[in-house]
Amino acid sequence: MTPSEIAPAQSRSSPGTHEPQRLVIVGNGMAPGRMLEHLFERAPGRFQVTIFNAEPRVNYDRIMLSPVLSGEKEYEEIIIHGDGWYIKNGIVLYKGHKIVGIDREAKTVKSNHGVIARYDKLVIATGSQPFILPVPGNTLPGVLTYRDLDDVNAMLLAAQSTATAVVIGGGLLGLEAAAGLKARGMDVTVIHLMPTLMERQLDPAAGYLLQKAVEARGIKVITKAETKAIVGNGKVEGVELADGRIVPATLVVMAAGIRPNAAIAKEAELKVDRGIVVDDSMRSSDPDIFAIGECAEVSGHVYGLVAPLYEMARVAASRLAGDDAASFIHSDTPTKLKVTGIDLFSLGDFADGDDREEIVLRDASAGVYRRLILKDNRIIGTVLFGETADGAWFSDLKKRDVDISTMRDTLIFGQSYQGGPPLDPMAAVAALPDDAEICGCNGVCKGKITAAIASKKLTSLDDVRSHTKASASCGSCTGLVEQLLKLSLGDAYNPAAVQPICPCTTLGHDDVRRLIRAKRLKTIPQVMQELEWKSACGCAKCRPALNYYLVCEWPGDYADDYQSRFINERVHANIQKDGTYSIVPRIWGGVTSAAELRAIADVVDKFSIPTVKVTGGQRIDMLGVKKEDLPAVWEDLGKAGFVSGHAYAKGIRTVKTCVGSEWCRFGTQDSTRLGVRVERFMWGSWTPAKVKMGVSGCPRNCAEATCKDVGVICVESGYEIHFAGAAGLDIKGTEVLGLVKTEDEALEVIVALVQMYREQGRYLERIYKWAKRIGIDEIRRQILDDLDKRTAYYTRFIYSQQFAQVDPWSERVSGKDKHEFKPLAEVGLVQAAE
Amino acid sequence: MRWVKIGTLDDIPRRGARCVATPRGRIAVFRTNEDQVFATVDRCPHKGGPLSQGIVHGTSVTCPLHNLVISLETGRAQGADEGEIRTIPAKVDGDEVFIAAEAATSWAA
Repeated sequence: MTPSEIAPAQSRSSPGTHEPQRLVIVGNGMAPGRMLEHLFERAPGRFQVTIFNAEPRVNYDRIMLSPVLSGEKEYEEIIIHGDGWYIKNGIVLYKGHKIVGIDREAKTVKSNHGVIARYDKLVIATGSQPFILPVPGNTLPGVLTYRDLDDVNAMLLAAQSTATAVVIGGGLLGLEAAAGLKARGMDVTVIHLMPTLMERQLDPAAGYLLQKAVEARGIKVITKAETKAIVGNGKVEGVELADGRIVPATLVVMAAGIRPNAAIAKEAELKVDRGIVVDDSMRSSDPDIFAIGECAEVSGHVYGLVAPLYEMARVAASRLAGDDAASFIHSDTPTKLKVTGIDLFSLGDFADGDDREEIVLRDASAGVYRRLILKDNRIIGTVLFGETADGAWFSDLKKRDVDISTMRDTLIFGQSYQGGPPLDPMAAVAALPDDAEICGCNGVCKGKITAAIASKKLTSLDDVRSHTKASASCGSCTGLVEQLLKLSLGDAYNPAAVQPICPCTTLGHDDVRRLIRAKRLKTIPQVMQELEWKSACGCAKCRPALNYYLVCEWPGDYADDYQSRFINERVHANIQKDGTYSIVPRIWGGVTSAAELRAIADVVDKFSIPTVKVTGGQRIDMLGVKKEDLPAVWEDLGKAGFVSGHAYAKGIRTVKTCVGSEWCRFGTQDSTRLGVRVERFMWGSWTPAKVKMGVSGCPRNCAEATCKDVGVICVESGYEIHFAGAAGLDIKGTEVLGLVKTEDEALEVIVALVQMYREQGRYLERIYKWAKRIGIDEIRRQILDDLDKRTAYYTRFIYSQQFAQVDPWSERVSGKDKHEFKPLAEVGLVQAAE
Repeated sequence: MRWVKIGTLDDIPRRGARCVATPRGRIAVFRTNEDQVFATVDRCPHKGGPLSQGIVHGTSVTCPLHNLVISLETGRAQGADEGEIRTIPAKVDGDEVFIAAEAATSWAA
């Protein structure tokens, strides 16, 4: 069903309340999302909500686009409201519908796909548009803006194929874009009109330090540079500056500012100045039409940071809910740059002036700069660079208009130096008053967080985020929130959300993987150096995990570190209690032949292998082989066509099959053929933990596919794909991913699913645990519903297979790792006695 | 102390180990990330696992059978585990590796 086929839901009347009013919202960004959360809390059932979103998607955290661009986060991680939220709240969401007209007489809006919706109240939240420099060449292919997920995707696509990028604009957005593109491997130049970067938020000294820090990351910066034209023949080739210089570029990102997107309001003859003019109740010149977010203008101000936009959302929701007291009050919002490794904080007014004094602290070698601007012994502006932990405290002093004369001598050093024991961050947080703001994005103060922890018995960061929103947007106050949890709960606070991999690090599995990707770390020593490992060369827990993450992240690039693998994967056999080994040759899909069985029998005789056993995965296990004999055993097996069965691997193990339609009178599809095909396609791949699969030819399920990591039940209409089963320490039936029609599609879905698990699963985490953590619906959405995603996973798997499908047994028969299979020396009694 | 040469440093992988066969059983010879060399009997005090097959980290090895961590310097199990193995004097001279000769005849006795 396409959105345009959905009729707006009928007004539902519930007993004892009025008919719901029709609330129509134009735009689906962060401000209207937040407004609806407030509204549903304050006045549940009062409105039947319809949303038109020009972007074809749900509400996501736009502030976090920069981490998506740099690879530190995935789009899925920044979704605020998933599809389920809209369904739960009875919202009709038209994705990809742009509103083209508002009829204020008839009280209707009309979308570009012809949908007309009536409203009682209308909220315009169309956000802003990037400012496109009016220079020649600005429409050439290769010129992009930085505004939404489509822009990010376009940049990522460009980063794959082109090498040099120019970002026009050295403000917050431009620098984040530059850092992101650099992290993706591009050669990046930032062109900035003014003499110093971020001149609206930083004074020249901090702007200079910022430029140094940006340049230290390998990004070129040209200041005082006016863009004259974008040059190129049919596509972007460079940027021409006013002084005649041409900066070569195959990608140009315009980040020279934003303009409120008020066109639709203007057309409807609402009062529009820079933005849609609203009063402090967020009402436009038409009392039934509200405007919130970046498109709105209140008392001459337009806003681009999230905190005031959320404040607008709160006010609009209160007014819609019938609270006539709520009104919007202007306040300064701190600015923070979201570039990993660059800390800056800026708040308020920092221009020089006769009635102003300043206190400055510089520590050049540590790259620290602090400047406080004072007026009448009160802080009116703060600029911090390099070390920003005191930002919250300075911000609080400014907000409360505190007279600082008594602590003036030590003020610049921060809160820890104001008497009492210094440098204990816990003490600093404990000392903050209850109304001190902790989360700037969401305007959450300390008292609200501690009260929520106490009254709702919250125990984790995620709890606090979901109940108070603190640290749920840009995340830069996460540390403060964790300290509040620790203060409130004492030792009972166990930050389980970030269970470290092992005692060698404070980072959890997900963080380590994210940082490996973002910082492009490609060896274990590099990971340990960059992520500040606490031990010299790790331990038996973290080293195999890191080795897997690097193998998975950089196929073809990373040199597998065998000394960081468990013995079984190092010698490609399974160690037994007496130090001998067992080996399992691959028997594709469990189908064998007389020749194969004969070869196995010969090997068993020749090497006096004590035990031969049939395994649960339809293979033959030979146990008790001496380590020194392994290469010779493999040589004989290799001659019969056998390769390693990887029975020792955190990798693809077996695909168990039944005989299916080829023999069985109940078989619906050729399950054996599919099983063999899957196994031949996927063998050799390393995974977070072992992956065992099964294909059954009918629902009688003789291959026991419904307790496997991945299973297939063939039915008349196709192939039912199962996953996330377990039959070991835990027993769990599989979940159904979905039904596909063809064998080709079954293979593609299985491969994509396993690749998703390879990329997201924590080391030693089986599929069923990973699936529980990620959510079955989310996995289904990415693998079954989103064909682009599926294809992308599938393609990445195929790429990594070209390096993985090398038979380790034949490699060792040819002499690889010889040292593993023979003693270093034999010392006899005679030698020792000499 | 009399020494017997068992090979060169390059014969042992860094953060790895090799075995030396003796009439009395196997000796494990370890090489750390910093090129220090240690030798111990190749038997974990817990269930006799071959320590030479474990992962070497810092100056410890983790037994491949049940993950006991053994200090190569003292031979003692680390952390909450108990147990101790005999260590054998080892040295590197130039790039040649030696172990104490009497170990080959007497350690297991």
